[in-house]
Amino acid sequence: MMDAISTLFSDYTVRTVALGATLLGITAGALGCFAMLRRQSLLGDAISHAALPGIAIAFLITGSKSPLVLVLGAGLAGWFGTFLITGLTRRTRITHDTALAMLLSVFFGFGLMLLTFIQRRPDANQAGLDSFLFGQAAALMQRDIQVMFGIGCVVLFLMTLFWKEFKLISFDAEAAHTLGLPVRALDHLLTALFVSAIVIGLQTVGVVLMSAMIIAPAAAARQWTDRLWVMMGLAAFFGAVSGVGGVLSSGLVPHLPTGPAIVLFISAIVVFSLLFAPNRGLAFRMMRQWRSGQEFRVDAVLVDMYRLASQHETVDHPHSEQVLNAMSGNARRTLHLLETLGLAQRIDDEHWALTESGTERARGLVEKRWGEGP
Amino acid sequence: MSASLEIQLIAVLVAVACALPGVFLILRGMAMMSDAISHAILPGIVIAFLITGNLSSGWLILGAGLSGVLTVALVEVLRTTGLLKEDAAIGIVFPALFSLGVVLIAVFAGDVHLDTDAVLLGELAFAPFDRHVILGREVPRAAVVMAIILVINAAFITLFYKELKMSTFDVALASSFGFAPSVLHYGLMALVSTTAVGAFDAVGSILVVALMVAPPAAAYLLTRRLSSMLVWSALIGCLVAVGGYWMARLLDASIAGSMATMAGILFMIVLAFAPSRSSGSRRGRA
Repeated sequence: MMDAISTLFSDYTVRTVALGATLLGITAGALGCFAMLRRQSLLGDAISHAALPGIAIAFLITGSKSPLVLVLGAGLAGWFGTFLITGLTRRTRITHDTALAMLLSVFFGFGLMLLTFIQRRPDANQAGLDSFLFGQAAALMQRDIQVMFGIGCVVLFLMTLFWKEFKLISFDAEAAHTLGLPVRALDHLLTALFVSAIVIGLQTVGVVLMSAMIIAPAAAARQWTDRLWVMMGLAAFFGAVSGVGGVLSSGLVPHLPTGPAIVLFISAIVVFSLLFAPNRGLAFRMMRQWRSGQEFRVDAVLVDMYRLASQHETVDHPHSEQVLNAMSGNARRTLHLLETLGLAQRIDDEHWALTESGTERARGLVEKRWGEGP
Repeated sequence: MSASLEIQLIAVLVAVACALPGVFLILRGMAMMSDAISHAILPGIVIAFLITGNLSSGWLILGAGLSGVLTVALVEVLRTTGLLKEDAAIGIVFPALFSLGVVLIAVFAGDVHLDTDAVLLGELAFAPFDRHVILGREVPRAAVVMAIILVINAAFITLFYKELKMSTFDVALASSFGFAPSVLHYGLMALVSTTAVGAFDAVGSILVVALMVAPPAAAYLLTRRLSSMLVWSALIGCLVAVGGYWMARLLDASIAGSMATMAGILFMIVLAFAPSRSSGSRRGRA
């Protein structure tokens, strides 16, 4: 296994592809955090679909398949798409989700129409354009990586430069406005960065799956921390890891396509994070609930025993298990727990009594919660 | 009947079958569920295919319907944990399921005619070649399937019209009348799933989204009555189907792509002339 991996890494193509996937993971993961905060998770899906006609038009106009030209076309179309979505939502009765779904499908269909139109022209050599549909990581070349690297660096640089401003408009746009920040301009800039991060991934994972690369790393990272910069670092890390993981596994398993493999990796990271992240994770939550439930049952039985005892002369008067069962459900397991905690002791087969520390605790509980004396 | 007429007939059936549940999707703010479901049915189709080994079996529709409902349920589960917002949940669930489907095809069914291009894009031009004999006459299979789905959709909406209407516009009132909004919700989602799967091999999943969202969105601009919105959506759907077909003929391009484009064009035309655009109550609900 390790052997196979190291052979893969010494392969030039695999190295190139892995580098591309890493770059994509880092950029998309980081930008995705802003998208998630701004409740724009699905915008990425719309933008990536909307980019398709841009690619086709760029090719129709220039006749070139240079990655820079195609990415530029994709970016312009994606940006125009977000512009339309905002316009439709603001100016008509159309709701945001309807605008998203409509734009996504209509632009994609339009792109598809153009692609088939190009395909059926006798003169054009369109081979490679449809790799944008599902992505073809294996076909990534040096020049693609250069473009991805260049754009990725610019995006990350601008993000760091305007870090504070972006953070503010994402968390509290009104406060940003009051502070005199050019909220609108910043909004456009952030959208432009978002679009850039998406278009550089299209060739690797394709328009259909690109949205996952935006949302999933951010969603996974969100579970581990409340701090934005930690979240962003984690998201970039998760994105990069799944990028490399997807590339390697598609090298190891025959026929396994890279894009979907990357998405399955990042989805697995999301599931793991949802379950096991400390504090927010579901496993932790269940454990907390179980613990507080147990605490509650312990206290209930303690108080019952204390009240029973207070009807007798001595507080450590033994009570039968049956009576306790009748008072607070199935008390047997809780009684054993009380014994291990040293709060109660077993007198004989059927009878239990409070210990000294048990009496103490029960008295405290009764006074605190029910405000009654013994 | 000529192939050209048959293709248009299938396209019209698909358009109307999609437009009807689409009306409720956009009124309930769930338009993106059409995108999610139409992608997420893929693993259901593939698994059913791997079990039965038959591409035209009814199990495929059942498998797709089940994975559509599974998508809805997964999104709901993720949302109720409070760890993710609904849109993030949708955006995670459907690419994961779609990827699973693609991987299953690539690894286990690579040599079969079930490729992802076909699922996403469909090829309506080939629909007339796949024929079935029904009542002594040879008819395209897609037309039969879509006609059945259209009847089911129309029947569901007619039967539960009052309940759907109330649970769409006022959930609290609907549940106080004992209409069980969640049952209707899943019923509607099952409808969307079966429609998507019935349509997918004819027109592909992206066109399903376009046909479910664009005609109802245009109708939403034209009227404020649910019943007339349903009628308008169906009519616009028909226009999209026929207009898209002829645009594809003219440009010699993909029919599904042209129909989606036509849906966008018709929406823009309606938007330009719709009366409600200038009325004072923007973004109000019907």
